[in-house]
Amino acid sequence: MNSTKRIQVRLNGKDRDVTSGHTVQSLLEAIELNPLAVVVELNREILDRNRYSDFDIREGDTIEVVHFVGGG
Amino acid sequence: MTTTDLRATPEVSQGLDNPLEIAGVTFTSRLIVGTGKYTTNQIMVDAIRASGAEMVTVAVRRVDLDRTQEEAILHHLNPQEFFLLANTAGCYTAEDAIRYARLARAAGFNEFVKLEVIGDDETLLPDVQATVEAARTLSDEGFKVMAYTNDDLVTALRLEEAGCVAVMPLASPIGSGLGVVNPYFIREIKRRLEVPVIVDAGVGTASDACVTMEQGVDGVLMNTALAAAEDPVRMAHAMRCATIAGRLAFLAGRMTSREIAVPSSPRVGMLD
Repeated sequence: MNSTKRIQVRLNGKDRDVTSGHTVQSLLEAIELNPLAVVVELNREILDRNRYSDFDIREGDTIEVVHFVGGG
Repeated sequence: MTTTDLRATPEVSQGLDNPLEIAGVTFTSRLIVGTGKYTTNQIMVDAIRASGAEMVTVAVRRVDLDRTQEEAILHHLNPQEFFLLANTAGCYTAEDAIRYARLARAAGFNEFVKLEVIGDDETLLPDVQATVEAARTLSDEGFKVMAYTNDDLVTALRLEEAGCVAVMPLASPIGSGLGVVNPYFIREIKRRLEVPVIVDAGVGTASDACVTMEQGVDGVLMNTALAAAEDPVRMAHAMRCATIAGRLAFLAGRMTSREIAVPSSPRVGMLD
């Protein structure tokens, strides 16, 4: 993260500007989500939560962050 | 009153009933409950405890990033205390249901999924073709699929063939509270399948749960009947009792019903 360059991603259905240089792990931390309490899909691929740091966020990525809610 | 009293189902320990076994996991309660639509999380937790259910259903949804409130169900419900059954509710295609199931499994609790593929928005009746297709794919991937379906015997047989660990025909449409509209087909499905049959959706009140269990099925799953009751916790107690009552009545074997009266007291020995 050596610059303040910003990239655009689609996060949970909304276009967002984020600082470049994030991994999935650091992005979750930046938006104050507990990485262990969510499941992440990056460009339709479900990620192993032990490897969030291995995945870089790139311009145009589609990221879905889901969790369990009440349901029947 | 403590919650541990409620969780125990004495009927099993007394030898009056066997535990419910689904894909090698045993449950003493034959009641499975949902976690949706409660007015508060505290009422939800209290009602679920009162119901005695060990398995509870949850849904997979996007985290709402604009809200600071903690909506995650696991914030309120301890996954050590309950067996979580993630559903694919809201999915209208096999592809979507498979995607949701995979996301749920990635949460790391278990391999079980309540497969639900809706085919019609108005009745929320299942798309049985898509359900069978998704059941096959997910079973091949090692999922333990519990499939929500209609009360059609042939579909139930196909779901069993597809590898489902439980088949879950509806009593009546989701959230309708109409009770068991077709007890005959529920019994037929139970008679023909080897995997557990759990009636899912449509129960409105305690008598519906009782009638459901009297058909001989292995369990009953409900959500709205508790969440939409005026007093969900009291209704949960009632459902717990009704599920046990219906089950024991089935196991006991009811008397033959007849159209004529038969006195219970002797006809002889009457005074002149």
